Amino acid sequence: MHEYGVARALLERAQMEARRRGATRVCRLSVRIGELSGVLPELLATAFALAREGTLCHDAPLEVESVPARWQCRACGGAPTPGAVLRCPACGGELGLAGGDELLLERIEMEVG
Amino acid sequence: MCDSCGCGDPHVVPVRLQERILARNESQAARNRERFARAGVLAVNLMGGPGSGKTALLEALAREGDGRLRVGALTGDPATDYDAVRLRAAGVPVAPITTGQACHLDAEMVERALARLEWHELEYLFLENVGNLVCPAVYDLGQAVSVVALSVTEGADKPLKYPTMFRKADLVLLTKADLLQHLPGVTLAAYQDSLRRTMPRYDALLLSAVTSWGVSPFVEWLEARRAGLVLAGRVPAGASASLGGVGSGSYTPAPTGEEEMR
Repeated sequence: MHEYGVARALLERAQMEARRRGATRVCRLSVRIGELSGVLPELLATAFALAREGTLCHDAPLEVESVPARWQCRACGGAPTPGAVLRCPACGGELGLAGGDELLLERIEMEVG
Repeated sequence: MCDSCGCGDPHVVPVRLQERILARNESQAARNRERFARAGVLAVNLMGGPGSGKTALLEALAREGDGRLRVGALTGDPATDYDAVRLRAAGVPVAPITTGQACHLDAEMVERALARLEWHELEYLFLENVGNLVCPAVYDLGQAVSVVALSVTEGADKPLKYPTMFRKADLVLLTKADLLQHLPGVTLAAYQDSLRRTMPRYDALLLSAVTSWGVSPFVEWLEARRAGLVLAGRVPAGASASLGGVGSGSYTPAPTGEEEMR
């Protein structure tokens, strides 16, 4: 379950930022997870709940925004129907992923003072 | 001020980061990639399920190359160094990576293992990942190319079930071609179809590590990649092992021996 490693990377980054700003506690983390990122939001939530114990994020909820996969033709901008062969239905061109592979830490909220 | 729950708590500070979560791994991967490129070594992230034939493929490559190809490997396994022992016996310089709890290699594991291998003189360095169709796809190791081994016994639905791994593959090797004759329900067209739904740049080769049938087109693929050729979306013309030309539900009779197929 690589989601545990992803959760640990999140916690490491959030705690570093919190310490840098003299925060006593992280209250919330917001992430964006693409459908084709290879990370499952439900598993990440479970892993995060385990991994946050004993850290500055120990009671911080993890807010996950899921991003659907969006394929787009590099030539004409056309898009295939989901599950179809990955070729542009309009011009036969090559498709690129315009969204859905992100693994982003968007923002954190922390308590200072 | 808190702007998420509206409590107005002046001590809650929002910080916008918009950073890649695996940035640390990605920085290390970029350093690895730079080192490989400078040394002229083609690093191949070799992925696939347990038992898909990754190690057998490297053994076949060592035989096929017959000392001509300078191939080395880092082998990742949660426990044991069995793969490394096999490869060493096949004459492949290798450093094992025991990943313990981790279900995949990461860029730092690769960096540490490089210190245990004379890799600078190699042409091809295979990063044989942990047998797993999910987790290895998430971590960049600094490879130049990603190759996925998928055996004909695993089922043509696997690319659709594990789309992230196949999306990132530059090449899929359909392994264990010698078993096709025992699998009446299996068609190459079904594999080809599911790969075309998951790989934006479809490229696949059929081979058998046991008979070495189809290994030489893979060697050619590697050589072309190392030569820096851009072969995006290529369907090799006339390559007997290529899946590119299989358009119908039928497939050529299963390869039974090297001689017969050539």
